[in-house]
Amino acid sequence: MSYLLTRSLDKSATAFLLIVAAVGIALPLLNLLLPESSAFQVPTYLISLFGKYLCYAILALSVDLVWGFAGILSLGHAAFFALGGYAMGMYLMRQIGGRGVYGNPVLPDFMVFLNWQHLPWYWYGFDHALFALLMVVVAPGLLALVFGWLAFRSRVSGVYLSIMTQALTYALLLAFFRNDMGFGGNNGLTDFKEIFSFPLQADATRDGLLVATAVVLALALLAASGIVTSRFGKVLIAVRDAESRTRFLGYRPEHYKLFVWVVSAIVAGIGGALYVPQVGIINPSEFSPASSIEAVIWVAVGGRGTLVGAVLGAVLVSAGKTYLTGALPEVWLFALGALFILVTIFLPGGIIGVLRGRQRRRPTVAAAEPAE
Amino acid sequence: MIRPHDDTLLYLDDVTVSFDGFRALNALSLVMEHGEMRAVIGPNGAGKTTMMDVITGKTRPDEGRVAFGANTDLTRLDEPSIAALGIGRKFQKPTVFEPHTVWDNFLLALAGDRRPQFTLWARETDEERKRIEGLLATTRLSDVRHFRAGDLSHGQKQWLEIGMLLAQDPQLLLVDEPVAGMTDAETAQTAELLREINRNHSVMVVEHDMDFVRALDVKVTVLHEGSVLSEGSIDHVSADPKVIEVYLGR
Repeated sequence: MSYLLTRSLDKSATAFLLIVAAVGIALPLLNLLLPESSAFQVPTYLISLFGKYLCYAILALSVDLVWGFAGILSLGHAAFFALGGYAMGMYLMRQIGGRGVYGNPVLPDFMVFLNWQHLPWYWYGFDHALFALLMVVVAPGLLALVFGWLAFRSRVSGVYLSIMTQALTYALLLAFFRNDMGFGGNNGLTDFKEIFSFPLQADATRDGLLVATAVVLALALLAASGIVTSRFGKVLIAVRDAESRTRFLGYRPEHYKLFVWVVSAIVAGIGGALYVPQVGIINPSEFSPASSIEAVIWVAVGGRGTLVGAVLGAVLVSAGKTYLTGALPEVWLFALGALFILVTIFLPGGIIGVLRGRQRRRPTVAAAEPAE
Repeated sequence: MIRPHDDTLLYLDDVTVSFDGFRALNALSLVMEHGEMRAVIGPNGAGKTTMMDVITGKTRPDEGRVAFGANTDLTRLDEPSIAALGIGRKFQKPTVFEPHTVWDNFLLALAGDRRPQFTLWARETDEERKRIEGLLATTRLSDVRHFRAGDLSHGQKQWLEIGMLLAQDPQLLLVDEPVAGMTDAETAQTAELLREINRNHSVMVVEHDMDFVRALDVKVTVLHEGSVLSEGSIDHVSADPKVIEVYLGR
């Protein structure tokens, strides 16, 4: 394990982890310890807002893991994020218990409203926190396993795979919109009261969720860099750039892709599970293709194939979105589109690419070749 | 009629491959012995690359049999299984892993466990380091071991790829146009390198460059329109009127 740690931590990743840790500790402390009159008191809404950004960062990290290192451009990764979110949402719904509007001790409000008499079988067990947490991992992981096994075994790749991932998330969007699916239909799941018996509206719970999100993000970053710097990661990069060559060397690219695909889906699902209690709602719009595409833009802006860049891109672009949708709501989508085009043309390496380019301008290697 | 015998390493028996009615290979039969080096020449479209595709499992033949060693039927296997059996392939266009260093390219090519659950935890062993040092020396790439493969010259990439074949330690190396785009000095060095490799491995070389084939000084098979036109020493085939007509005479 210590070997994995030292190997996976280059300087930028170490610096970045320190920043994430500092934010994860400092913001909640400034929120809790200072009186509201203080200039440095961080309002609770900012805590939740930042928690949301970090959840997006976890999603971006999962996208970069497959896009940056395996060349799989997923345009449906928000589906895994949303599935993790729904698993958490189902747990939070069951936690409401008899405090709902209709006061039914077992059935969530929307089921009472639809005149359902019994809890559907797939809602069983979600009143147990551990079972729900297991489902946060299992639901997106299982979907990714089945989808990936079929797609990679048939050697579907490139733009065809991207279209399939888009279709996947769109199909889920339509399915979750249906009331008789039993996931709250259009309105989704909301009105949560408690998480692990802590009141969700309390400042301390919000602070705790931010800390948890920062810790998960740091662990995910560590795990992802551990994977991509291992020999497995080297094979993965080889598959990304010259798939058939790896086959003739005796590797099975489909196994490598499937592993990293499932890991990525699980990471996205965990991000979604942390997202739901902090924004207080999960509804089918999270499955919309636009959410997945936005995640891809975060990665492109931050720097594809850098992991740290994905996190950076997610936070910066989301912060820009918060500002612009408030100040100039009609401009946001154009700004996002323009950002993507400009980054693709002028900054193919993203923000991290620019930073690294400044750092080391190496002499061209051709000059160092021995003369014949 | 050619027949396999005890010493046969590779036996293509009446292999036919058609693409949309075009017969890329037309009842091609060919026998290679253990330890042999064979040069395969032929004009464009003669079926040289398709033949390699069939041997390595990339293309399945419509008819015919491809036997490797005593009784392995290659037409039933896919690329990774065939690679694991001991057949390595160098592509026409040098294909190395460009973002990786020369060292890492060799590391990934070294014979060993290819499964993800192994590579995820694998650490470089002394044994592996020793083998990579040897490969660096053989391919004359010791000085550029820490260069990105993408930054190498064309000739160095070709050698790196040949070295990666060696790293797999295959019984049979298929080498597609190793000297295309090389300088004369590089070409001579490559011929030497292949002869060195041939001491422990069987090699099949596809090449256009007649001077290079002459320098190899091995049995030559001439392909034309998907079948064998002539076979023998370079002097024998160059004197063959059929060969002169379709290939050398032009």
